[in-house]
Amino acid sequence: MMVTFAPAYSQALPLSADYVRILPEIVLSVFGMIVMVLEPLIDEEQNQKVLGLIALLGTLAALGATWFMAQSPGLAFWNMVQVDGFSVFFHVLIIAIAAVVILSSYEYMAVQRIRAGEYYALILFGAVGMALMSSAIELVLIFIALEISSISSYVLAGFRRREASSAEASLKYFLLGSFATAFFLYGVALMFGATGSTNITQIRLSLVSAPMPLLAYVAVAFMFVGLGFKVAAAPFHVWTPDVYEGAPAPVVGFMSTAPKAAAFAVLLRVIFVIDVPGMHWVIWLAAALSMTLGNLGALVQNNVKRLLAYSSIAHAGYVLAAFATASAPPLGTSAAMFYTAAYAAMNLGAFAVVSHFANAGERYVTLEDYEGLGRSCPLLAATLTVFLLSLIGIPMTGGFFAKFYVFSAAVKANLIWLTIIGVLNSGIGAYYYLRIIVMMYMRESRKEVPVTRVPFALSVAIAVCIAATLYLGMFPDWVLWYTQGSAPYAVPMIFR
Amino acid sequence: MKTDDLSSIILTLVTFVPLAGALLLMLLPRRDRDIRIFALVISLLTFALSLHLPVYFHRAQTGFQYEINKQWVDTPNIHYHMGIDGISMWLVVLTTFLTPLCVLISWKSIHERVKEFFILLLILETALIGVFTSLDLFLFYFFWEATLIPMALLIGIFGHERKVYAAVKFFMYTMIGSVFMLAAILWLYAHTGSFDFVVIREQIASGAVPKFPAAAQWLFLGFFLAFAVKVPLFPFHTWLPDAHVEAPTAGSVLLAGVLLKMGTYGMLRFNLGLFPEQARQNAWWVMILALIGIIYGALVAMVQPNMKKLIAYSSVSHLGFVVLGIFSFTQAGLNGAMFVMLAHGVSTGGLFMLAGILHERRHTYEISEFGGLASSIPVYAATYLVIVLASAGLPLLNGFIGEFLVLSGAFQDKPVYGVLGATGIIWSAVYLLWMYQRVFYGKVTHPVNNSLSDLSGFEKMAVWPCAAAALVMGVAPILWLGAIDPAVHAALNPIAQVMSKVVGQ
Repeated sequence: MMVTFAPAYSQALPLSADYVRILPEIVLSVFGMIVMVLEPLIDEEQNQKVLGLIALLGTLAALGATWFMAQSPGLAFWNMVQVDGFSVFFHVLIIAIAAVVILSSYEYMAVQRIRAGEYYALILFGAVGMALMSSAIELVLIFIALEISSISSYVLAGFRRREASSAEASLKYFLLGSFATAFFLYGVALMFGATGSTNITQIRLSLVSAPMPLLAYVAVAFMFVGLGFKVAAAPFHVWTPDVYEGAPAPVVGFMSTAPKAAAFAVLLRVIFVIDVPGMHWVIWLAAALSMTLGNLGALVQNNVKRLLAYSSIAHAGYVLAAFATASAPPLGTSAAMFYTAAYAAMNLGAFAVVSHFANAGERYVTLEDYEGLGRSCPLLAATLTVFLLSLIGIPMTGGFFAKFYVFSAAVKANLIWLTIIGVLNSGIGAYYYLRIIVMMYMRESRKEVPVTRVPFALSVAIAVCIAATLYLGMFPDWVLWYTQGSAPYAVPMIFR
Repeated sequence: MKTDDLSSIILTLVTFVPLAGALLLMLLPRRDRDIRIFALVISLLTFALSLHLPVYFHRAQTGFQYEINKQWVDTPNIHYHMGIDGISMWLVVLTTFLTPLCVLISWKSIHERVKEFFILLLILETALIGVFTSLDLFLFYFFWEATLIPMALLIGIFGHERKVYAAVKFFMYTMIGSVFMLAAILWLYAHTGSFDFVVIREQIASGAVPKFPAAAQWLFLGFFLAFAVKVPLFPFHTWLPDAHVEAPTAGSVLLAGVLLKMGTYGMLRFNLGLFPEQARQNAWWVMILALIGIIYGALVAMVQPNMKKLIAYSSVSHLGFVVLGIFSFTQAGLNGAMFVMLAHGVSTGGLFMLAGILHERRHTYEISEFGGLASSIPVYAATYLVIVLASAGLPLLNGFIGEFLVLSGAFQDKPVYGVLGATGIIWSAVYLLWMYQRVFYGKVTHPVNNSLSDLSGFEKMAVWPCAAAALVMGVAPILWLGAIDPAVHAALNPIAQVMSKVVGQ
């Protein structure tokens, strides 16, 4: 695609087409505000159901809006936003994740005795930030979007406010998260100092026209720290287990998929457009460290949420492995896009099951609690098994194809050692997922764990995740075709 | 339907009928009897369908038959490419032959979670057949990994005391072994742009693959490690005794009968087919490992107090013969290796069923718990004798043919290999016959053994086909070798070319 810059400030007001290019964000914000306004007006009993429904409608409307947005690709708001196949993909993914999370929180909130309509509003606002991250091509806007998404996540993490662990999670996430976003902002500032611009395309143009200033290296490294924190890549991963353990389970499902997808979108766009030489070694190292530390950490976990936290670190490593190359690889980009989608499906599903099973106060989250689940609740156990098998990367599941594409992209880019580290890791990783399956099917339960009926909304959420996981595992063609078609847009043609 | 039409879809049918059966089984209500009958019908139907393969197989023709090749995914370039030759055809038939017997032998012995058991068994059958019929490396890996889960669950849910340990050990060993194969497959794809076995083989043979000479040894090892763990070749065999002892009878039968053959089949198809030169270079240490496996497996089998463990170690020994035959690169050796695979599947499958029958009656596999059974359960003892003799390699039974061919092949390659391998036959006679003697002859030392019931109808239906097959295969091996011989000849072709090149220099 040719990047044709509208001359700066040639128009005083944005064109109407510009609004269409952020239509999903507008729709989500409007629905978020409706939720906030209605919340005090509806009596407490009805509160949950109605607000949840409105929020769900909001996400569906936003999906529709994304379709409109996709019809008018191009730049908007004085080159701050770029709509193309790449950003449409992440919009759909993030909004779909939000919809599934709303569905799976529906009954959870009642069980946990959390009464707060702003929960749904926060999910919608978070989705606004994340969606904007995927289409923004201007560093300050990216930062603002990042902050919108982060601040909602901080609050969401602390929603089980009667629990000390949840408050701890929220505070930890907030402190470390703001530290990381500060790094990102600092990187933006340095980049502005080095090049005099915050638009990534112009940054690239000014970087190639002159010898690379040292400042640019530092700036990109700082930005990587900020984004690395968001995707929970090692060595910026230490917050993950504690936060995932304390935060409400559906929120963890959200946090481990949507912000990650958005941060990967930014990484893919920013890092490769700016394209500072040597950056791929940083990604290489982060990928290898994340895979290894994540899997080794997960081996010794006894709490399912912590286990899945470490697993999410490892999965961030697999995604990074796809594009640890010197020049923007369309193959690696599309593999990373596919992986984020497949990971979202399986991980959301896993957390949906975990959140239901945890019951009031999230009491049942250790591995021992899962003993004998295969007998007491065969359907729930079977669905969790599918998600876990997908996380291992067993054929017929999305996780298998996702891993396959990632490693195949890495081999194609001649990253043989990284691939070997990766496949070894996926071998090790099989062990801890298998432990859960073993607990469910091969052990008799030793303590009384109440298993309640799966409510309707949650079963819809789980069904969507199962369908997506199996669809991506058996008929990956269509999604893959889309990611391959849109991956090149991540980096404008002139730079490839 | 004309046979031509059927020919193109028969492999798909044979592969997926069990899976379809498993899916239907999920919908059936939990009435154990119906479920058993349904599983039996499905497995017999699959067997009947698979008989189409040898009946209409063109024996003189080399190359793959019953091929189907359809695009599955555009990019990466994955095809749904299936086809069989004389090598894989018999392994498919072996799988479909053993599965109904597994259903029968589990008829009474599995009485809890019956539905889950048969669902897993049928899924496993699909995955196993898929491994042997796939000609696309991706598809092959897909089925290869897919065998892991049902097998691990069969061991872990329906096994004996240390089932979880055995299941996890089995899973981890094979999983970690196979990821290296994945890396090698990905390398091949990255440099050839295809997963198709036939295409890749041609590209490698014509030297069109960039950077191949530098990577070939590693690729060979990547594939080899995955297969060696599965075979299992010494020193990767430690998962096998655990898995066998803890697995339910049907699990052991399929594990020994078919799963181990995935490894030797893989060596034959991929290590020899894709990397003939490397196979030749690495043959010396592979054969030494195979010989160690033959002798070590036999010696360890001899001292086992546990009948099932004895049979498990005998598998290590027998599979050593297969590897020895494959890497002798002689027509006789490879024919023999193929024949041992089939013979071992039938006879060891039978032995595991017989051990399972005894376990159901006494709840122990300890050989010392038995003695003098020949007088109390004569039919059982007679059946056992036939299968033990087949396994020990008595002429006119199936074990003899294969081992003889392997040894003659090994002898052609290097006489010392043949001589060392031949001791394995002696050892196998020793441990099997000694075990037979301790279990069936002498005085009845435990009074409880006097009142054991002999083979029931279901058990006869499960075990006698194995005994009959052992006899037929021993008397008329040409029925099998007729299809194997040309396929093996074709498989050896590239090796022969490599060797003539070496000699020419």
